[in-house]
Amino acid sequence: MRYTVGIDLGSTTTKAVVLGEHGRVMGRGITNSRSNYDTACQIALGEALTNARFSLMAGELAAAGVAAETVRRQVAGLERRFRAEQYRSQLRVLASELRRFAGRLLSASRGIGSALETIVASMEAEVDSLYSEGARRKSDFFRDLAGSRYLQLAEQQAAAEGVAFDTLASLFDKAILDVENSADAAGGFQEHARAAVAGWDGAAKELPAAVERIVSLELEQIGSVGTGYGRQRLPFPEGQIRSEILCHGLGAHALFPGTRTVLDIGGQDTKAIQVDGEGIVTSFQMNDRCAAGCGRYLGYIADEMSLGLHELGPLACASTAPVRINSTCTVFAGAELRERLSLGEKREDILAGLHRAIILRAMSLLARSGGVKSEFTFTGGVAKNPAAVGALRTLVTEHYGEVRLNISDDSIFTGALGAALFALRSATPADAPI
Amino acid sequence: MSSRAKPPAVADAVKDASQIRQKEMIARHFDRLAAAPQTGERCAYTFVPGNLTELLLSFDLLPVLPEINSLQSAMRGKSAEYISIAEKLGHSEDVCTYVKSDIGMLRSGNIGPTGQRLPNPDILLLSYTGCFTFMKWFELLREEYRCPVVMLHVPYQADGHITDSMRRYVVDQIRTQVIPQLERVSGRAYDEDRLKQCLTLSAQAEDDLVWVLQSAKGVPSPIDAYFGAVYYVGPIFSSFRGTTDAVAYYRELRAEIAERVRLGKGPVTPDGDMDGERFRVVVEGPPNWTSFRQFWKMFSDLGAVSVASTYSKVGGMYDLGYRHDPSNPLETMADYCLGCYTNLNLPTRIDLLTRYLDEYKADGFLINSIKSCNSFSAGQLHILREVESRSGKPGGFIESDLVDPRYFSAANIRNRLESYFQMLDQRRAGGAA
Repeated sequence: MRYTVGIDLGSTTTKAVVLGEHGRVMGRGITNSRSNYDTACQIALGEALTNARFSLMAGELAAAGVAAETVRRQVAGLERRFRAEQYRSQLRVLASELRRFAGRLLSASRGIGSALETIVASMEAEVDSLYSEGARRKSDFFRDLAGSRYLQLAEQQAAAEGVAFDTLASLFDKAILDVENSADAAGGFQEHARAAVAGWDGAAKELPAAVERIVSLELEQIGSVGTGYGRQRLPFPEGQIRSEILCHGLGAHALFPGTRTVLDIGGQDTKAIQVDGEGIVTSFQMNDRCAAGCGRYLGYIADEMSLGLHELGPLACASTAPVRINSTCTVFAGAELRERLSLGEKREDILAGLHRAIILRAMSLLARSGGVKSEFTFTGGVAKNPAAVGALRTLVTEHYGEVRLNISDDSIFTGALGAALFALRSATPADAPI
Repeated sequence: MSSRAKPPAVADAVKDASQIRQKEMIARHFDRLAAAPQTGERCAYTFVPGNLTELLLSFDLLPVLPEINSLQSAMRGKSAEYISIAEKLGHSEDVCTYVKSDIGMLRSGNIGPTGQRLPNPDILLLSYTGCFTFMKWFELLREEYRCPVVMLHVPYQADGHITDSMRRYVVDQIRTQVIPQLERVSGRAYDEDRLKQCLTLSAQAEDDLVWVLQSAKGVPSPIDAYFGAVYYVGPIFSSFRGTTDAVAYYRELRAEIAERVRLGKGPVTPDGDMDGERFRVVVEGPPNWTSFRQFWKMFSDLGAVSVASTYSKVGGMYDLGYRHDPSNPLETMADYCLGCYTNLNLPTRIDLLTRYLDEYKADGFLINSIKSCNSFSAGQLHILREVESRSGKPGGFIESDLVDPRYFSAANIRNRLESYFQMLDQRRAGGAA
C-alpha cells in the first residue's frame, strides 16, 4: 500500500498523519519525545503507521464478514494487548538501560541495584492491569506513564533501601532518552501484533489470519511534508517543508470544508488564519514579539498546581465565579496564581480566569487577522481543553455574534493533516482525485 | 544611510564605484566634524525628515543626524550598550530606541560611526514633521549640550494636502526664526544666491535618485528598494543633498543600475548578486538595524525582492514629483518639509502603498511594525486591512524594533516570513502548491 505522510514537529509534541492514495486518513501518531527531531519524527511516523495498520485490520475483518460491533471490539482488544506488549518491551529496554547507567555510578551502592530491580519488577507486574479493559491511563506516552510510576516507586524504594531519591530519578532521566532513541530495540509492529494475538482467548477465529495479512503488508511511502517549529530540522528536503500556517489552513479545510477562520493555539505560538473556500490562506497573524498566552502557559500553570495538563480544563469548568486576570505573561502567571490562592480564591475560579485570559489574547490576534467568520475552526492542543473552548465560544459570540465553531477530536493533528495533503498533492498528478 | 556599517568580508569583496565614493564622502564629512573643535567649523544637529540641509550648507554649518548615528550604532553592535546606559539614566523601556541609543552614545564619549568623536552641536535645528518624539529628543539634547534650539513647526497634512496657509506658516518660520538663528550661530549673513545654488544641485541628484528607485518597476528588479535602498538614499537623506558630491554619486549610481538593467541582473545583496527573483514585495516601516543583514538575508534567501518601500521616502517624496526648486527657495523648503512621509496622514499612506503595489507589479506587501516607533506604527493594522482590500493583494505583518536587539526574534520573524512567502506561492498556484 502506498501512503503519504505529514509530520508536524511542534514545541510540545510531534504529530504524524498517514494518508492513503485517495486522501483518506489511515493513521495518526503522536509523541512527546524530546530526544531529538529525527527520533521524534520516527516515533510519530511509527505510531501513525501502527494506527494505520489497525484501521486496515478493521477493514480486513469486515471483509471477512465479521459483524461491525465485533470488529470494533476485536480491534480494540487487540490494540490494548498490542500496547501492553509494546509497553513491556520498552520496559525491558528501560530496565537494561537503568542497569547500565547504575553500573557507571561512581558511588554505586548495593542499595541502588536492588531498588532498581524492585521498581522494575513492580512495573512489569502492573502491565496487564495498566492495559486491561476499562483501565484509565493518565497518558498515552511511555515517557509519562513509565516516568510517573517509576518516580512513585523510586520514592518508596529510596526510603526502604536508604538510597538517594535524586540518584534514582537521574538514572531514569538518562535511561528514558536511550529508550526513545532505540525504538528498534523495543521491537516492531510484527512482533507485538503476533504476540498480542497469540494466547488471546478472546480472539475471533478470523483475527490471526487478518493479523498475518496486515503484518505482511508492504507500506510504501510516496511522499512526505514536514511542518511545525522544528521543520528546518526535519530530515526532509527543503521542497518538502511547509509553514504551519499553510498546513493548519489546509488541514482545517479538510476537516471542515466550510472553514473560513482558523485559530490554532499551540505550545509556543498562537495563529489566527483566514482561508478561502479551497483552504488557501488569505491572511494570518501570529504572536511574535511575545509568547504570552500560548499553550505553554497552561503547561506552566499545570506544573505550578501539580496537575496534569488535561486536568486543568475540567477543573476550570467547575468555576462559578471566575477571577478576572489580565496578564497573560507565563512568568508572571505563577506569582499571580500564588497570590490569588493566598487571598483565598478557589482554584477553579483562578483557573477559569487564566483560561479566559489566554483566549482574550487570541481574540486580539483574530481581530488583527480580519476577524472571525463562519465557519470558525479551533485547532491545536488547547482545543481539547473544555474551559478554553467555553471561554472562546463566549467571547466570539460577544464580538462576532453566532458563528459555527468546529472542533475536531483530532484537532491536534490538523497541521500534520495539512502537511500530508500537501505531500499527496506533490506525489500525485494535479488532476488526480484527492 | 549605512554605508559605514562594517558587514563581514563578503560585502567588501566587490564594491561598486558608487559605494566606494559614498564611503569616501562620509569619511571626509566625519573628518571635518572631528576636526571642528580645532578648525572652528560649526555644526547643527537635525533630523532626516524635513531637514534643511541646503540652508545649513549655505551657512557653512555641518549637519549631524542623530537618527543616523543611532542606526549606525546598531549596525556596529553598540546600541544594546547605549540603550542600557540610557535606561540607567531613567529612560523607560518604551521610549524610542533611536533616542536611547543616541543618549547612550553621547554619554559614552559621543563617538560617531567612524570611530571619531563628534563635536557638540552649536545649534539644534528641530524640524517637527509628524514625529512627536523629535521634540522630546531635542529637549533632552538641549539639557545635555546647553545649546540653542530652533524649532520649525510643520503642520500635519491632516486632510491629505498642503494649503497655501500651511506653506506660508512654514515659510514665515524659516524667515523669522530659523534664518536669524542660523545667522547668529554661524556668524554669516543669509546668502540666498548660495542657497539657490545648493537647491539646484539637490534637484539634479533627486532626478537620478528617482530614476534609480523607479528602476525597480522592471522585472526582474535591478535593485532592492528597501534594504538596498537604505544605501542609495544615504547621501541625499543626510549631509550631502545640495552638494556636487551628491550629484556625482547619484549620476554614478544611476549608470551602474542602468548597466544592471542592460545585463538583466537582479539586485546586489550582501552576499553578491541575487538572481532568480521569485517574489516582489512592497515594504512599509523602517528596517531593523541590529540584525539588518540577517533580516535582508531572510528575504533574499527566499528569492524575495523589495520593489518599493515607504522607508526609502522618509527623507523626501521625490518619486511623487517633488523637486527642490531654486526659483522659490523658502517655499520649496516649506513644501519639502510638509511633504515628508512622516507628515502624511493614514489615507495618503494607504493610497501610496496601494499605488506602489500596482505600479511596481508587486505580489504583496509587508509591514515591519516597530515597537518603539509610534509615529510609524500607529495605524499600521488599519493600513494593512485597507491596502489588502483595495489592492486584493495579501499583506504580512512582522514585529521588531529599530535598534534594540532585544526585540528582534530571528526564529519567529523567519517563521513569519516563510509562512508569508509560502502563502504567496500557494495563492499564485491556486492551491496546487
